[in-house]
Amino acid sequence: MPPSLCANCQTTRAVIIRPKNRQKLCKTCFLTIFETEVHETITSSSLFHRSERVAIGASGGKDSTVLASVLKTLNERYDYGLQLCLLSIDEGIKGYRDDSLETVKRNAVQYDMPLEIVGYGELYGWTMDQVVAQVGKKGNCTYCGVFRRQALDRGAARLGIKHVVTGHNADDVAETVMMNLLRGDLPRLSRGTSIVTDSGASEIKRSKPLKYAYEKEIVLYAHHKKLDYFSTECIYSPEAFRGSARTLIKDLEKIRPSSILDIVKSGEDMALLVPPEVNGGTKKPAAAAVAEDDTPGGCGSQNGRSSGGEMAELEKKLAEDETAASRETEIQLPAAAPKKKTKNPDKSRTPKQVKVQSMGKCERCGYISSQKICKACSLLEGLNKNRPKTAIEVGVGMEDEESSSTLMRQMEQVQLTSG
Amino acid sequence: MATSVPGKNDSGAISITVEFTGGLEMLFSNERKHNVAIPAQLSDGSRPNIAYLLQYLVDNVMKDERKELFILEDNVRPGILVLINDADWELEGEEKYELQQGDNIVFVSTLHGG
Repeated sequence: MPPSLCANCQTTRAVIIRPKNRQKLCKTCFLTIFETEVHETITSSSLFHRSERVAIGASGGKDSTVLASVLKTLNERYDYGLQLCLLSIDEGIKGYRDDSLETVKRNAVQYDMPLEIVGYGELYGWTMDQVVAQVGKKGNCTYCGVFRRQALDRGAARLGIKHVVTGHNADDVAETVMMNLLRGDLPRLSRGTSIVTDSGASEIKRSKPLKYAYEKEIVLYAHHKKLDYFSTECIYSPEAFRGSARTLIKDLEKIRPSSILDIVKSGEDMALLVPPEVNGGTKKPAAAAVAEDDTPGGCGSQNGRSSGGEMAELEKKLAEDETAASRETEIQLPAAAPKKKTKNPDKSRTPKQVKVQSMGKCERCGYISSQKICKACSLLEGLNKNRPKTAIEVGVGMEDEESSSTLMRQMEQVQLTSG
Repeated sequence: MATSVPGKNDSGAISITVEFTGGLEMLFSNERKHNVAIPAQLSDGSRPNIAYLLQYLVDNVMKDERKELFILEDNVRPGILVLINDADWELEGEEKYELQQGDNIVFVSTLHGG
């Protein structure tokens, strides 16, 4: 194949085909055009104001590293007058977060930005390693998601910063659109497509300046700019539903690369059709409903993020906990609450969304919450209560009582024969 | 040095560099860079291309059992980018690109997170 020339400068060899329009570009033109497009996203949505202090949710991964690099470049090139800093979460997962935090520390030096690290351990008294030891690998992403949202907010609050930007890219948004489409969850679909997530659930604004940037271009940007980033996968619980949505997106991209941005556009158009009372407007929706969509890519991008199904189950459980006095929640449930078991969360969700919730503060921690006790505190309560109980169960085999008693009998026999 | 080494024909092999990044290195013994020597001509007389290289890597270099994380349906798994001498392989004919002495082939995963 004869080498093709850059469609922009017409002089240098093209090394990139842009997924969205098949345009062939050389390295230099690609880097400039990528940056310019992010600049256009920022200006057209008036994302920042002058002298604003902005925290970049930084995981050390490709997305947040590219975001930090591009924002620094644009801030200088177009004189935004922003004060940028890096904000990282340490979930407390050994062998996963340690190395990526080292990357963030190097980034802080490379980009000359202050770095703040907030840890689950210090905030909640539980690292994710401890949570998983307690609840198992299944469903632990829910804890991580709820904790992360609050942790980012608290980190920002600690710095006195009201705006956190995250590295969500077009593929992430398309994935969320597809997932919510498949679940029939228009309110969440609508919120997920918005570039700014401003909700009554938090005083801190979230936004995603890379919303229109293809993951492929983000990786190529990092590659050609030789950025220092870290790739890893959360060692806990892959999330099957998001994984499938992701595979679908990537397969579609292979056949028709513009699909990804088309899905994002479709999601935005569908969002316009969602009535505000369903969408929850900007003030009243539940904190956790937003939390799920907005979970930054702190954990693996294909793994780790909690599914809406899980989150819906959690929401239900928390609502139940609210009314129940003790751990015997399921038995004490008021008859009015249709308990269709957790397997079918979607049916029970629709009426819940329209329920008007007023924002108050968590009685325990003071965090803004629609319920008396915020989700993080409710989860912590469950964790703390269960601490000794699970320790005993672990030794026996948790699910199947019959098999465990069989096991015990077998062990008795062993003892008998050996004795 | 002997001019002819029995069993080894220098003119019959081309050496290339293969790099795995973006998390893919985890599938290749955590080694980012691999030097690979492949025959300049295959038994059917054709020249080795990327498709040949993929199979070669799976058979000879990849120790991880999870082949499907790299190859799906005899091609690179969607979400993995291939760069031939830093150019997107789509500009070079994808798996039909014929390898040249000294080529640098990079596989970058976009599928891994931070």
